[in-house]
Amino acid sequence: MSSPRTTFNSLTIFSGTTRDGKKEEFNNIIIRPGDTVSIVGPTGSGKTAFINDIEVFAQGDTVTNRRIFINGSKPADDLVRDPSKKPIAMITQNTKCFADMSVAEFLNMHIRSRKLDNTDLMEKTIRIANEFTGEKITPDMQMTALSGGQTRSIFVADAIVISDTPIILLDEVENAGIFKDRVIQVLREAKKAIIFVTHDPYVALLTKTRIVMGNGAVLKILTPGRCEENALAEVASIDAKIMSLRERIRSGDLISGIEVL
Amino acid sequence: MNVRMIVIAGPPSAGKTAVVKQIIRNIPDPKKVAYFKIDVVQAWEDEELAAEFGIPTKKVYSGDMCPDHMGIMVIRDAMCWAEEIGADYLLYESAGLCLRCTPYTKNSLGICVISAVSGTHAPMKMAPMIALADVAVVTKIDLISQAEKEVFRERIREVAPGIDIIETNAIQGTGMRYLKKVIEAMTPSVSETDTLRGVPPLGVCTICIGKKDIGWQEHFGVIRKLDAPDCIYRGE
Repeated sequence: MSSPRTTFNSLTIFSGTTRDGKKEEFNNIIIRPGDTVSIVGPTGSGKTAFINDIEVFAQGDTVTNRRIFINGSKPADDLVRDPSKKPIAMITQNTKCFADMSVAEFLNMHIRSRKLDNTDLMEKTIRIANEFTGEKITPDMQMTALSGGQTRSIFVADAIVISDTPIILLDEVENAGIFKDRVIQVLREAKKAIIFVTHDPYVALLTKTRIVMGNGAVLKILTPGRCEENALAEVASIDAKIMSLRERIRSGDLISGIEVL
Repeated sequence: MNVRMIVIAGPPSAGKTAVVKQIIRNIPDPKKVAYFKIDVVQAWEDEELAAEFGIPTKKVYSGDMCPDHMGIMVIRDAMCWAEEIGADYLLYESAGLCLRCTPYTKNSLGICVISAVSGTHAPMKMAPMIALADVAVVTKIDLISQAEKEVFRERIREVAPGIDIIETNAIQGTGMRYLKKVIEAMTPSVSETDTLRGVPPLGVCTICIGKKDIGWQEHFGVIRKLDAPDCIYRGE
């Protein structure tokens, strides 16, 4: 797909200040294509503010005072303001869509606004969204009538297929009851740089870098490498069990044991 | 005259006052801002802003009269008031009611504030308010995802292809740096005389201001007799 967007090489986050006005204890964080990052910390620790800074390309004008550069320099205005040139898509925690349109109308309008002429993008988006959710989405459904999981699935699929941005920010992907492992797999296949705000141990351990937040600031930047491999394998199997259990409960089974079927 | 007038229009609860606060914060000397509010029955914004920023404020209740009609009548006086007290900026916030009016004047900066969660048909419903503005400030942008942002933007563009769109979380002030640039580029009004950018459908007459009697005999303004060929104007 051709895109007028400049090639993405790196995203740099320059430190800001804590809630007490002290400088954060890092100089900068660099994110490159294909990187996976998770942002963890208790509620109110500044996780959403962190990805909001990235989303709006903060230049010291948000509460955190952080600054965001792209490809090593301050982003040009059109790259921030023109959505078709913006390299970032954010999927918020919100699982409600306010557009009074059918799924097909909504996606087609988005395709039109990006001046893309590929006619099967709408179908492709719905097909991918349906991989993320157990409840089938059809083009004639109203956006406002979709469930939280369906809405989230459409937004994630849209970010991959239509927005097709090299950087995707996901705020608590695990929340809406969608198949998070499918989401992560599809995002990885698409070679996106992904930043997850998450409370989910499995998602947190899956990412290459883990940023720990507290008091509105970055407290730690961890790159565990291979030292968490065993833990990840164990968490993956626990998670698979929980997911399988969830599907069984959803389909009305009586649960007498939690073995994976 | 040294005053630059900024007209802030938009429906109720869109976040007009939150935008006003961000504008004041971004002006190098906030003390040089005067704020003027027109509302129908109740408004507290003037007291809130005076307390928070220590700026001169004024408000007018329009009561039974259309607040935009009232605005058109009094805004010239308000400009003179702002000039008299030495303000560089006059922020004029409209009541935000029927959304068909466009209180923007040719020499002012017209800002239309719209909430990102007001639904995709909202821009079409308030078309005149958006079409004649210089800037559309889209608030509550943090509540919607990327695709929805772009679709909402497209809906605004359908109504006003050339309008400057600024997306913001007005509580946090994100994106406001672009509005700041627009405001910094303003030049003072030459004088207090100015004209409206559009013709508002006000329909002002004695019925509009609350007189309930039936029959043209009881009314002034634009009236109509049953067998008359057209409307006539009847003065008091």
